[in-house]
Amino acid sequence: MITIGLTHYLIISSILFSLGLFGIITRKNAIMVLMGVELILNAANINFIAFGKYNNYNHGQLYALFVIVLAAAEAAIALAIVLNIYKNFSTVNVDEIDTLKD
Amino acid sequence: MTDIQLVQLAIAILFLPLLGFTAVIFAGMKIKKAYLIEVSIIILAFLASVFLMVQKLVYFPDVNIVKEFTWVNLGNTPLLGPIQWDLGIIVDNLSVIMIFVVTLISMLVHLFSIVYMHGDKRYNRYFAYLGIFTFSMTGIVFTHNMLMMYIFWELVGLSSYLLIGFWFEKKSASDASKKAFIVNRIGDIGMFSGILILFATYKTFTFETIFNEIAKGHLPFGSELWLTITGLLIFAGAIGKSAQFPLHVWLPDAMEGPTPVSALIHAATMVAAGVYLVVRIFALLSADALMIIATIGAISAFIPATIALTQNDIKKVLAYSTVSQLGYMIMALGVGAFHFAFFHLITHAFFKACLFLGSGSVIHAMHHEQDIRNMGGLKKKLPVTYATFLMSTLAISGVPLTSGFLSKDGILAGTWAFAGLTGNYLFAAVGFLVAAMTAFYMFRLVILAFHGEPRNKEKYDHAHESPWLMAMPLVLLAGLSVFFWYTPNPIDGGKGWFVSKWINEPTLVAPNKYEFFKEKEVSQISEANVVEHSAKSNANHEVMFSETYTEAMHHAHYPAMILSLIVAGIGIFFSFFIYQWKKADPEKIANKIKPLYNLSYNKWYFDEIYDATFVKGTLLLSSALAWIDAKIIDGIVDGSADVTRAISRFSGKFDSVVVDGLVNFMAYLSGFIGLIFRRFQTGKVQTYVVLVVFSLVIILFLLK
Repeated sequence: MITIGLTHYLIISSILFSLGLFGIITRKNAIMVLMGVELILNAANINFIAFGKYNNYNHGQLYALFVIVLAAAEAAIALAIVLNIYKNFSTVNVDEIDTLKD
Repeated sequence: MTDIQLVQLAIAILFLPLLGFTAVIFAGMKIKKAYLIEVSIIILAFLASVFLMVQKLVYFPDVNIVKEFTWVNLGNTPLLGPIQWDLGIIVDNLSVIMIFVVTLISMLVHLFSIVYMHGDKRYNRYFAYLGIFTFSMTGIVFTHNMLMMYIFWELVGLSSYLLIGFWFEKKSASDASKKAFIVNRIGDIGMFSGILILFATYKTFTFETIFNEIAKGHLPFGSELWLTITGLLIFAGAIGKSAQFPLHVWLPDAMEGPTPVSALIHAATMVAAGVYLVVRIFALLSADALMIIATIGAISAFIPATIALTQNDIKKVLAYSTVSQLGYMIMALGVGAFHFAFFHLITHAFFKACLFLGSGSVIHAMHHEQDIRNMGGLKKKLPVTYATFLMSTLAISGVPLTSGFLSKDGILAGTWAFAGLTGNYLFAAVGFLVAAMTAFYMFRLVILAFHGEPRNKEKYDHAHESPWLMAMPLVLLAGLSVFFWYTPNPIDGGKGWFVSKWINEPTLVAPNKYEFFKEKEVSQISEANVVEHSAKSNANHEVMFSETYTEAMHHAHYPAMILSLIVAGIGIFFSFFIYQWKKADPEKIANKIKPLYNLSYNKWYFDEIYDATFVKGTLLLSSALAWIDAKIIDGIVDGSADVTRAISRFSGKFDSVVVDGLVNFMAYLSGFIGLIFRRFQTGKVQTYVVLVVFSLVIILFLLK
């Protein structure tokens, strides 16, 4: 009988983090990159809650709530940025947006 | 008038000519008549000095009025002790008489010059120069300290230089002015050193203070020898200015200047400044110093007298005669005949100024002919000039009833008395010999110029008597060559008011004086502060002029007088014998004593000797120094320049190869590294994220 412990949560969150990171790195579409960021934030949320629960430390949930709110704000701003990028470059392909180099 | 008012008057006389100089030198370019300012100012100064002299001699005959103020006070300096320089004016009998002479002759020369210099293109400047000269001479007369004496001494030298070289377009005139200046400078170096020794010893320049200190036994470097040396060093200044042997060579050349200038500066006043200086410092001269001074005076009296016998230029004869007479005065001071030296200074100033102005009148009349061989017979054409010239010639030859007789007689008596007391007959012999020669060459001049038949008919016909403005000074000066201005007794000057009342006897403070000065010791020196204004400084001293010497002079008087009459008579007789009655041919005599004649005619070859030794020596030394400069000093400089250049070239190479290479290498390296790292800067966010994650993983791995 396997009891679900802290390690399992951390593994889940690690997988989620890795998936998010993979998405950020590999996706060409800026929207998809943003979704990768959301995945990473949620991986962090799982960590907060898991540590909170197993250490009897309820503030973890509180931080998770903050992160959710922050994620919402971030999504709003980021989507606005993407919209502006599209207006300027007529594309949302991050490979083509490399003016930072200049 | 109070004594303070007299001092104020003296200061006014001092600065009036300076005012004239300033006015004329600035206004002279614009205003043609500017010289009238100077002339009227000098007349004013003359009237003031007459008034000053009368006041002083009548109301303060025995008082030396001194007024001084502190010019520079450095306080107690760390190395040299207290330093304070006082300037001041002394109004004593000597200075008021001297100032009378200076302003009188200066005024007469101004008046004479109005005609003589008429039409000169630098007319106003000439009068300005006369003004600055009169100012400087007045300063010498009134000063009560060595510092002012030296300052005015140099100013006099400067104005003499300016006036000798007044016609500087003439090469000979500009050369003569340079010669006068340089020769004077040699003497002045000595005088300056003497002043420095005095100041180093006594911390003051004031005559009175120095004399008082010496009287107390405070000597330079504590030795009598140094006092003698100091006295002689200061006397060196007088050698230069009074044209004494061996620095007499400048005076005959100075005749290149305008003739009235010769009368004022090179006969009556400036050259007398040297004698005046010796009179002022007479107190501190020791017996050894006086002996050397007398010797120099005797040499200077003798050599120029022999030169004057054969010269043909009227002004040259007078110039050598001036040197000779100045030597007479210096010799008189050396043997202790103080009164008569000063007396002769005054009488000589009058008759020699008259002679020079007379020669100026002749030169003017003859249209700048100075050679007496081209003159002759001018008696009829220039009666006034002839009469005054003859009067002055009688005076300088020592004919009775003239002033020159009195003063010369006194000097001869002084040398005679000196001979009697010390057994040294040299000075007396020189004195009488020179007296005979003086009478001879002066009458030779008169006879050749004025008597006989005209030798240059053309010039003679054009000759004309000078206007009254030129004749008046001659008459006045000739009038002053008569005895009764100085004494009521025409055969004994010592009894007259001039010598016995007006010339105060000097205090003799030097510890080492002639034996016959010594018998009356200084009993005490009053501690009274002579610096206090209008102090009766005379009253503070015991007069040390000995009875013995005065007595001896008194006894020597009649024999000396008779002998001097005889020698003057012989001189005059030979002059008439040769030149007037033509009983002997001067050329034959000259041929008989050819070497002596040549020696005299060529001025004892002084110029040639000086040229061969000092001038050539200086040139040789200069060229040697120039060689050292060009070869050695320049060589060192060039060598160091070469070394510097080599070092520069090397360091330039080092700079361009090593330093620049290093810098370029660094730049190249940076470029190379940049080339590598630019690959990472894709500008794509995702690349950066990969890099961040990758780095993070490495860091985490390392931290583990």
